[in-house]
Amino acid sequence: MDGGPGGSRFGEHRDVRADLARRSPAEHQRRRKVIRMNVITGKAWVFGDEINTDVMAPGLYFKSSMDEMARHCLEAVDPAFAGSIAPGDIVVAGHNFGVGSAREQAALAFRHLKVGAILAESFGRIFYRNALNFGVPALFFPQSADIGAGDLLAVDPVTGSIENRNSGQRYTVDGVPEHLMLMIQAGGLMPWLKQKLANEGAP
Amino acid sequence: MRQTLIQKIIARASGKATVRPGEIVTCRVDLAMLLDSGGPRRIWPRLKELGVGVWDPDKIVVISDHFVPAVDAESASILQLTREFVDEFGIRQFFDMEGIGHVILAEHGMLQPGMFVCGGDSHSTNGGAFGCYMAGFGAIEMTAIVVTGEIWLQVPETIRVNWTGNVQAGVVAKDIMLTLCRELGMDNAFKVVEYGGDTVRAMSMQERVVLTNMAAELGAETGSIEPDETTLAAIRSGGTEPAADALDWNSDPDAAYTAIHEFNADGLAPQVAAPHSPANSAAVDEFGSISVDQAYIGACVGAKLNDLHMVAEILDGRQVARGTRLMVAPASRQIMAAAAADGTLATITAAGAILLPTGCGACAALGAGILADKEVCISSTNRNFKGRMGANSASIYLASPYTVAATAVAGQITDPREMLT
Repeated sequence: MDGGPGGSRFGEHRDVRADLARRSPAEHQRRRKVIRMNVITGKAWVFGDEINTDVMAPGLYFKSSMDEMARHCLEAVDPAFAGSIAPGDIVVAGHNFGVGSAREQAALAFRHLKVGAILAESFGRIFYRNALNFGVPALFFPQSADIGAGDLLAVDPVTGSIENRNSGQRYTVDGVPEHLMLMIQAGGLMPWLKQKLANEGAP
Repeated sequence: MRQTLIQKIIARASGKATVRPGEIVTCRVDLAMLLDSGGPRRIWPRLKELGVGVWDPDKIVVISDHFVPAVDAESASILQLTREFVDEFGIRQFFDMEGIGHVILAEHGMLQPGMFVCGGDSHSTNGGAFGCYMAGFGAIEMTAIVVTGEIWLQVPETIRVNWTGNVQAGVVAKDIMLTLCRELGMDNAFKVVEYGGDTVRAMSMQERVVLTNMAAELGAETGSIEPDETTLAAIRSGGTEPAADALDWNSDPDAAYTAIHEFNADGLAPQVAAPHSPANSAAVDEFGSISVDQAYIGACVGAKLNDLHMVAEILDGRQVARGTRLMVAPASRQIMAAAAADGTLATITAAGAILLPTGCGACAALGAGILADKEVCISSTNRNFKGRMGANSASIYLASPYTVAATAVAGQITDPREMLT
């Protein structure tokens, strides 16, 4: 037994993404021209590691409306969250945010609550894909622990530039991959599919 | 370039000779599995919005397993809508209350080595035991798949996990997975876990699917096991002749794994995961006396025929403890019938267990067996997140069917090996 990959796990993961997304300042400029999306500013709501989709969208409310479901989003870890979050606020989390079930209500709840962006050290795979599909920008942000609850953040999902306006600290992370950013810009997977079908003709 | 099994499948599905981890590709889908939970009820309104139908009804399988049997007006109408959906789009592969989707695909020989399969449920990883790519996607992406027949992927890295040695009596694949959740953690997103070694080779398919099913608990994109004669026999028993090239779907001997982990099964004890994470696991003897209100045998991972056999082996000639309720929800109708025919259900019910309908049930707080405030449950299912089976204040322990049954008899968490000697 070699004891598992331990602390290197995250590093390995980042390397692959970095290969994909490592870009020069000129490349950032090019992306900025291709993809238009405003910088998102909002207050930080800070969560820990391994926040799973069962607590984002509890099974007990599976048959309820999205409105009702969203009211219970994360109540098991922060009962105040769903009732107090303001449109544009930013969710900041530790590693493996959204691990677990494929339930799309988990990601939909954040769109329903008008969350501006989600920054996490890492994401559960299906949740990550769902969030982007619903037009909620999700960025891998290794320095989540620097952010305090209530800090005012400005996030540019295209360039990956993040500013903490309370501390003045600036960060640059990988922007959302270009093919996904084009989908977010379209408003998510459904509007993007509509465009695709209109361009190619319905199957 | 040397390729892993999953890389070869993705390369084939995306029309390339080889693929490298990190590359973004578009894959053609061989089979799409929709469940009543996130299937027709989410997808049909979107098809209407797009004004399109499905790309190929013969490549879609629909299974009602989450809201079965209907317990209220809402679940009844979800099941009704699911039936109308398959009629509307001419989908012939429809299983209505026949069992849990992941188990149904295996039972009916629908998975072949080399296939590229997408399912609208996170435990779709289950199918990887058949040497195919099968992973879970959200309902909105399943919509895109049933419209276009395609999905984009970032080619995952592969982690190889080898188990060697022989497990003791009373120690099973579930104990191996609870060990791996602790050792590898749950943060392996965008990676595949490929299982091998002589311990895995010696396992039946019903045990192997536990490894791939709970790859979801490792956070992995999917789990995979290279096919062998055991795989082919399982496909045949589902009524399908394996493809001629089935055994060619293998990882190259010098494929580039992102990590290789070696484990030995010889001394492994039964494992229990404490609330609220499958990774929060330890050997059963570290738990002391924890009394349980409910013991639950259910779900895709923990209520197959061999799981029911484990339960019956413990319960034979014994009784469920006073103050503890044991509930058993077999994973499919076929399993229920086989367990009725071979006397397993008689043994289980004679011991005082309650038999529940086939389906996902209490595992996801949908069917009978939901937990009240502060109750303690031990379960053969795969997730023990807070609130997963009902009240947020309930405590869920995960264990093998052996350990769940032994705990039901003793009324507190118990090493099943004590009852197998």
